[in-house]
Amino acid sequence: METPLTPYLPIALVLLIAGGMAVIIPFFTGLLGPKSVNPVKSSTFEGGNIVVGSTRQRFAVKFYVVALLFIVFDVEAVFLYPWAVNFKALGWFGYATMLVFASTLVVALIYIWKKGALSWES
Amino acid sequence: MNELIHGGLYGGMIVGVLMTTTAMALWFERKFAARMQSRLGPTMVGPSGLLQPFADVVKLLQKEDIVPFQADRVLFNLAPPLGAIAAISVAAVIPFSADIIAADLDVGVLYLLAIGALGVLPVFIAGWGSNNKFALLGGMRALAQSVSYEVPLVLAALVPVILTGSMKLSAIVEFQATHHWLVVWPFFLGVPAFIIFMLAMLAEANRIPFDIPEAESELVAGITTEYTGIKFALFYMAEYVHTLVASAVGAALFLGGWDGPFAPGLGWMVAKTLALFGFVYWLRWTLLRFRSDQLMALCWRYLVPAGVVLVAASAVWVVWVG
Amino acid sequence: MTALLRRVDPYLKIEAYDPEAELMLLHFGPQHPSTHGVFRMDLYLDGELIVKAVPHCGYLHRAVEKLCEKLAYVQLTPIVDKNDYVAPMTNELALVMAFEALLKQDVPRRARWLRSLFAELQRVASHLLAIGTLAIDLGGALGGGTTVFMHCFRERELILDLFEAVTGSRFHYNTHTIGGNRHDLPEGWAKQAKDAIRVIRERLPEYGALTIENRIFQQRMQKVGVLDGELALELGVTGPNLRASGVDHDLRRDAPYAAYDEVKVNVVTAQTGDCFARAIVRVKEIEESLRLAECFLDGLPEGPINGGKPTKMAVQTKVPVGQTYVGIETPRGELGTWLVADGTHTPYRLKIRPASLHSLSALPYVLPGHTVSDAIAILGSLDPIMGEVDR
Repeated sequence: METPLTPYLPIALVLLIAGGMAVIIPFFTGLLGPKSVNPVKSSTFEGGNIVVGSTRQRFAVKFYVVALLFIVFDVEAVFLYPWAVNFKALGWFGYATMLVFASTLVVALIYIWKKGALSWES
Repeated sequence: MNELIHGGLYGGMIVGVLMTTTAMALWFERKFAARMQSRLGPTMVGPSGLLQPFADVVKLLQKEDIVPFQADRVLFNLAPPLGAIAAISVAAVIPFSADIIAADLDVGVLYLLAIGALGVLPVFIAGWGSNNKFALLGGMRALAQSVSYEVPLVLAALVPVILTGSMKLSAIVEFQATHHWLVVWPFFLGVPAFIIFMLAMLAEANRIPFDIPEAESELVAGITTEYTGIKFALFYMAEYVHTLVASAVGAALFLGGWDGPFAPGLGWMVAKTLALFGFVYWLRWTLLRFRSDQLMALCWRYLVPAGVVLVAASAVWVVWVG
Repeated sequence: MTALLRRVDPYLKIEAYDPEAELMLLHFGPQHPSTHGVFRMDLYLDGELIVKAVPHCGYLHRAVEKLCEKLAYVQLTPIVDKNDYVAPMTNELALVMAFEALLKQDVPRRARWLRSLFAELQRVASHLLAIGTLAIDLGGALGGGTTVFMHCFRERELILDLFEAVTGSRFHYNTHTIGGNRHDLPEGWAKQAKDAIRVIRERLPEYGALTIENRIFQQRMQKVGVLDGELALELGVTGPNLRASGVDHDLRRDAPYAAYDEVKVNVVTAQTGDCFARAIVRVKEIEESLRLAECFLDGLPEGPINGGKPTKMAVQTKVPVGQTYVGIETPRGELGTWLVADGTHTPYRLKIRPASLHSLSALPYVLPGHTVSDAIAILGSLDPIMGEVDR
């Protein structure tokens, strides 16, 4: 009974074992640990002061720039993997094709660099 | 049925061994750091304090589990187990020796990169779910850092794939055993790729000098600020497992994995992994940490261009020589 | 550079700032691992960038000045030991010098040399701790920072051992009294001190390698937290922080006290005024203080260590009516004592001018425009001691 998914069976088992362990251990602390809830103890920590303002607010835009950069570059980089495996069969033609593809990546990097998206200091 | 037994056996073994190794690694790190700082480290529990990590776990189990009333309860409780699962499940594809490997996937490298990248999600969930400003800042930093370093990581891991022509980890090690270790030949591709890979892995695992997400001197404890007891320990453990797994992957991809003379393969793999692991801690206890913008600049201005160049150069090398 | 030296408005009205930006008010401290005690900064953050910083001190207020009004003059030295708890020797010195000034009490030459010797050793110990804690601020308690810190502590221990051998105590020395010193050097102390100085001098390059020569340290510190000399003078910042901003000012040379008029003090300055300059001034001052300590040790004159008349009831020592101000150069800057005496055996008013308080007053000017990480580096480089700030 060999299916394409057979090699993934052990991974499922590892996930199951790890998941079971990670769920059961916190359960034990509920049994063993003391329980005494009071409003001061379960308030949010902020250096011992009463929290002013909310954490649920818009955050600096630079983080979104990073997320966009990631999507552009990581997806492109992952596309290189299938190519890398079949690389020898494709030869110089495959190399040239990939070079065109990768050069768009490099051009994009140079563009955003010049645009200042990589300077987080300011 | 055979696969089920095989997978279950190795899966259980990997989780068990990983947990024990992590505990021992904790002890090792504390002793190591203590010696670097002219201290003794743990001495009381067991011989030379060997049982200290277990005592710590037992202590943390007995701690009260506090959930801040402003936190998002579901996300808050979900994050630590998720982090542990993400860190452990990467280990399933690591070839410890020619026949000790839980799942020898055809897309092994892709799998470990994908699951390894998942590790940032629990961190951000924790940062957001805690509803704490320190935790939020830590989570934001962790997210930005991890997704940035994902790019050089993917590019650096591409180099062995190109050179060996396979994404299967056992095949990559096999190739190195029959040819050369990748850091030995072609060293001008192997060594830089190895360095970029380890740096990016350190950044993904939030190790000093890249540990700004939890930067305890700035953000109190970053994402783990609100966590108590065993949930805190799960985060801590996930970080150690991540570092350990990163060391093992680095050893397999670049240092020839189980290949080595005189000793059985498993011994070599363990030795290489622990050597890399020790090196990570040596760095940790020597260096100070970067600032987040410096970290991003290092990634995007140096590592990513270097990674692109390395990938292109590896391809040329393979077409030319291979 | 000019852009870095711009003045920021510390009283910025938050409403006047970009209304589109959603600012986050982050209470930084008092329960925070790297505010050097219980200090609080309210940071208004735009993302991770500080827009406005409001420092709050007073969490460690112990009413020392009021307490001093209730105690006899000779009982005050152990009280002020706890002010600057990293350099207790200098606290005592500033206090007794004020008493001696009003009493017109002469101090024997040996006692003055001893005082200077202790002050220099104390400066070494204090700067070692300052560098160690700065490294912790930058590198974290679970990383390279602790390594520097532990090593600095190891050397600081040598100096504390020296003080313990003299005074029998590692913290509450209580060795300065009106008219001189209480404890003379024990047998073999000079050799012990020489050894300690040699060891510290040998190990100094190691700290240099871990801190000021480290690339990460330089990147974290250079061009961060620039405090220009003019502003520093306006705010009353003194000590290494002022000298790092290019102002050549040191009371040991400019208004000599104790035995400083008999030796040459080389004042260490730096020009850039950033965190790195402050760190480097401290490292160099350790070298200079080791040289001075050796100098005082070699030239230590013989003679009595106390010029005061022996009295049965020291507690009843009465200081004549008058007022005086005495300032000395502590490791953190000018520690001043303003004493108003009303002729009784307790002070009428005793005002202590701590150097750290004035260093902290630079924060609202320096912090805006930096990130949270920089805030910690800046605070650490100013080396405040909260016990002294709040008194």
